Amino acid sequence: MPAIIELQGIRKSYGIGTSVETEVLHGIDLTLQPGEFAALIGPSGSGKSTLLNIIGLLEPMTAGDYRLGGISVKGLADDDITARRGDMLGFVFQFHHLVPAFTALENVVMPHLIRDGKVSDAALREGRALLAKVGLADALHKKPAELSGGMQQRVAIARALARGSALVLADEPTGNLDTKSADDVFVLLREFNRERGTTFLIVTHDPRLAARCDRIIELVDGQIAADRPVAAQE
Amino acid sequence: MRFEFTVALRFLREGRFQSLLIIFGVAAGVAVVTYISALVEGLQGNTIQKTLGNQAHVVVKPREEVARPSLSATDARIARDVQPRAQRLRSIDNWSGLLPLLERTPNVVAASPMATGAALALRGEASKSIALVGVELERYDRIVDLSGKAVKGVPRLVAGEAMIGTELARDFGVDVGDRFSVQTAVGATEVFKIAALVDLGNRELNRRQVYVGLRSAQSLLNVPGGATNIDLKVAELFEAENTAALLRRQVDMEVESWMQTNAQLLSALNAQTISTLLIRVFTSIVVVLGIASVLVVSVVQKRKEIGILRAMGATRRQMTQVFLAQGAIVGLIGSVAGTMLANLLLWLFSTFVKGSDGQPLFVISLSFNLAAGVALGATLCGILAAVLPALRAARLDPAQAIRI
Repeated sequence: MPAIIELQGIRKSYGIGTSVETEVLHGIDLTLQPGEFAALIGPSGSGKSTLLNIIGLLEPMTAGDYRLGGISVKGLADDDITARRGDMLGFVFQFHHLVPAFTALENVVMPHLIRDGKVSDAALREGRALLAKVGLADALHKKPAELSGGMQQRVAIARALARGSALVLADEPTGNLDTKSADDVFVLLREFNRERGTTFLIVTHDPRLAARCDRIIELVDGQIAADRPVAAQE
Repeated sequence: MRFEFTVALRFLREGRFQSLLIIFGVAAGVAVVTYISALVEGLQGNTIQKTLGNQAHVVVKPREEVARPSLSATDARIARDVQPRAQRLRSIDNWSGLLPLLERTPNVVAASPMATGAALALRGEASKSIALVGVELERYDRIVDLSGKAVKGVPRLVAGEAMIGTELARDFGVDVGDRFSVQTAVGATEVFKIAALVDLGNRELNRRQVYVGLRSAQSLLNVPGGATNIDLKVAELFEAENTAALLRRQVDMEVESWMQTNAQLLSALNAQTISTLLIRVFTSIVVVLGIASVLVVSVVQKRKEIGILRAMGATRRQMTQVFLAQGAIVGLIGSVAGTMLANLLLWLFSTFVKGSDGQPLFVISLSFNLAAGVALGATLCGILAAVLPALRAARLDPAQAIRI
């Protein structure tokens, strides 16, 4: 089985061709195997979010090679990149980013609607099951505005998994939740990792949270400063 | 397209106030365009019908007689003064041979020979100057529906019978079945029995027109077996001048179309058509700008959602179509509302604006074609207005959109 992601010499610069050109990632090499549960830590401005966006195919890299599921994404057309993103990746953002005009269930099955133009009964069943799994069986038809922050984040997790994504990228998923909610969310991520074998890469500030992952990748000034496994616990 | 329309509809429903505003805007625009168009269409149709109701579309007559001076005008030493000739009543040469040729001409649907000239109508002490028109009723009905204008009596023109205008009948104090005589300048006189009274929709015509059989008119006007002109009806009204021009090249005759004889009316109609077009164009521009400006704002407001949808696998094209669909939906709903509003306006117009006789000034109705055309136009305007915002939405990098 190929590595789920394989980064080689990834560089990212902003403001190319202007006087303020700055390189924020200076050649990143990183490999994630299927089923890993890794934390990406580092101080503000170290390039964590940028790296996550590049891995998530949300923005292009400036140089280097990136193989997603064994296939290089270099030079792919936008539509191919979009298709790959939809097929393989799920996202959980800090500010939950649900689409406010749609209910919880509609948000969860949205990836199906985008790809197929319709939502099959099977997809709806799966969406309901996912929401039940994250403890929101009663909130299927509520709009995001009617849900608490923790509940919204759990909807976002259900959505990230809706199309059986191989890799879920989470950017500060617990960043603006209270301790209790943050813990619930983290436990959920861990459960999906164990039960489905989904790979997770979680950007976090919280060292306590990072310590509960299997592997910690530390980014400092656009370079990987440390990459170590976490000793088995529990 | 389900995804695009679903999201478009939700976005519109979410921005309820904004959406209502643009839909109202579109509806107002559509109502104005529809109302003005229907009004002008009705007005023009009415004017043309009134004008051409008693007129042939094309008239073929003998050429005017011209004086042929025996001295050349190029000889500068000669001072000369050529008087135009007085025009006498003449028949078209070999008109019965000409008739089939005219009838075969493209766009011509009917031809009717007539012998017409000035005459006096006499009854007892009274005499009235009249226009004597000799026609074959059956043929003439196809040009101007004379039988249909009969208000009393039986429309027919057998020998010794005449149909006269209602005003003339009143002037003479006669009715259907009464007799009067017609005398012409050549001294011929004939007595006619009134078969029917006709209302030509114009007081002057009703006072002057006397219709008799072609033969009677021929002998009264001293053009035995002749026709002083041939009336034509055409299929395409506004092609009449082209048809006349074609005939002019083919026959050595004077050929006049209604568009020549009514040049002023025609330019008035053209002016109306152009004004209507201008109103349509500018209203469309205002509607397009209105929709576009609201959608541009909406793209900015929805940046985050656009980013999320893109992250979940929506392509640039899908995002473009979400906004194009919003434009189309707004245009469509607006045009339905606008058409209803226009109907209300038209109803108000025909109910409350009345002529002196208490009848509506003219019949206006909203044709399905017009309504469908305007609705289609508004929908296209909506899509057009959405193009720019849609492209902006598609250009957004998902990462850029989410960060904000």
